[in-house]
Amino acid sequence: MRWTSRDLRSLGIGLAYLAPSLVLFAAFVFIPLAETINLSLFNTRATGAITTFAGLDHYLELLTSPAFRTGLLATAIFAIYTVPIGIALGLVLAVLLNQRLRAINVFRTMMSSTIAISAAVGALIWLLLFNPSLGLLNFVLSRVGVHGPEWLIQPTTAIIAVSITTIWLTLGTNIIVLLSGLQGVPEEIYEAARLDGARGLRMFTRITVPMVSPSLFFLFVVDTVAVLQAFTQIHVMTRGGPVDATRVLVYSIYQDAFQNFQFGFASAQAVILLLLVMGLTLIQFRFVERLVHYQ
Amino acid sequence: MKLRNIANYALLVVGSIVVAFPLLLALSYSLMSESEIATFPPPILPARPTLDNYAQVFATIPIVRYLLNSFVVSSAVVVGQLLTASLAAYAFSFLVFRGRQLLFFLFLSTLMIPWEATIIPNYITIRSIGWLDTYQGLAVPFMATAFGTFLLRQAFLQIPRELWDAARIDGATTFRFLVSTVIPLSRPALGTVAIYGFLSTYNQYFWPLLITNQTLMRTTQVGIAQLRFEETLRWGLVMAGVIMVAVPTLALLVLGQRQLIRGLTAGAVKG
Repeated sequence: MRWTSRDLRSLGIGLAYLAPSLVLFAAFVFIPLAETINLSLFNTRATGAITTFAGLDHYLELLTSPAFRTGLLATAIFAIYTVPIGIALGLVLAVLLNQRLRAINVFRTMMSSTIAISAAVGALIWLLLFNPSLGLLNFVLSRVGVHGPEWLIQPTTAIIAVSITTIWLTLGTNIIVLLSGLQGVPEEIYEAARLDGARGLRMFTRITVPMVSPSLFFLFVVDTVAVLQAFTQIHVMTRGGPVDATRVLVYSIYQDAFQNFQFGFASAQAVILLLLVMGLTLIQFRFVERLVHYQ
Repeated sequence: MKLRNIANYALLVVGSIVVAFPLLLALSYSLMSESEIATFPPPILPARPTLDNYAQVFATIPIVRYLLNSFVVSSAVVVGQLLTASLAAYAFSFLVFRGRQLLFFLFLSTLMIPWEATIIPNYITIRSIGWLDTYQGLAVPFMATAFGTFLLRQAFLQIPRELWDAARIDGATTFRFLVSTVIPLSRPALGTVAIYGFLSTYNQYFWPLLITNQTLMRTTQVGIAQLRFEETLRWGLVMAGVIMVAVPTLALLVLGQRQLIRGLTAGAVKG
């Protein structure tokens, strides 16, 4: 493949149009990414300046650190509590919203309203709802004979509280994506199934769920990645506590880097985060590719 | 059939109220006095609605400044993203050059890199060039967008090639065609990118928390979260702050719902 002067010229023009984006990506994505990997191999001073080569020490420390294991476990529990329930709720509400009824758009807007709500706002509101003495949640529980816990004081319930908040925050996105998935299902398929005698729950499990499975899978990846990146609700509600119960991976990066000033150790955790997110995204890309292929 | 519709509406009403309940409650509490909030059983609607909490927000934190900061930064990001993404999307749709595919993959690869994985070096960079507590520090890192480029490229590819050929025959330059034809024809997609950029910047928390220390440079999200860490936690005050911060984004949701939905569903495979 020889490069003619015309090739070079068109490449030059193309690069000129791409230059603003490329410069920004280089400065704030690609170079920092290389620096994160580099930092993870070094010890640093509190200023961030590199002192001595650490090799894989930080990674070995992570392997043996009980705190890191607790953090990964908290991240996993958080994901398990949040993602499946969030998607299931979203699907039920999306099916409800996927009807030709008058004023249906009002309901669609109301139920998807959480897409516009920031994590900070959501966390502050749920903080009030979870408040043991003022909050409505424990009052309602007491009316049905359940003694509500001190949600954010106990480790087991703190992660549940953060998960409920997160489910609410992602519900809007889940509903919109699933609704658009449902709207893409041809009406004839439902009619054919109806002729075959499918009704209600059977229709839902045999027709609806398989037909929106691409959307379900997309949300599974997107929501899991979002959980891996969740920081705001934890910072506002629990600050990683109590006793590290909500100190998920990102929160641990934040504390080790910006409170303990161990930039090298924190960078090693950032690399782990990167690998997790990249793995999930690559699975999705491959899945989508296959899907397009067989269609 | 009628009966079924009634049942459906009942379900829809209940569902909507449950989902929107936390927001409605925040609005209700923002109109209650602190003493009313402290009564038992917890009230749902204010007995005597008052705007005192809103006045208190103005007296406690520089909320107007926070809103201004957030609007300046979010608008700057929107303008930046529209510029960089339209130029890049144009190169990826109308221009033909070697390495185009490779560069497109390079753009897409940024979608796999979580911002949190690069946040430490980015913080060190911003600090070393003296951009802590500045608008440029808050905005510039987010001015390029792979997602926006991807969305605009999809829109640009819908534009008939005949227009391009005709413009060439008329002697229009490459850049002129972008400005006079491609951009005006892609307004809906540009709207989607703009709404997305605004919403995601306005709702940011981690980055502004890191790089702003001066009270007057804080953004709305970080600013209201501070209310939680005041010495005495006044819930009416916090909820009034929450409503003031959420209103712009809710307005954007109502006005730009169609654009938002188009953006959200662009990534998902059609089911």
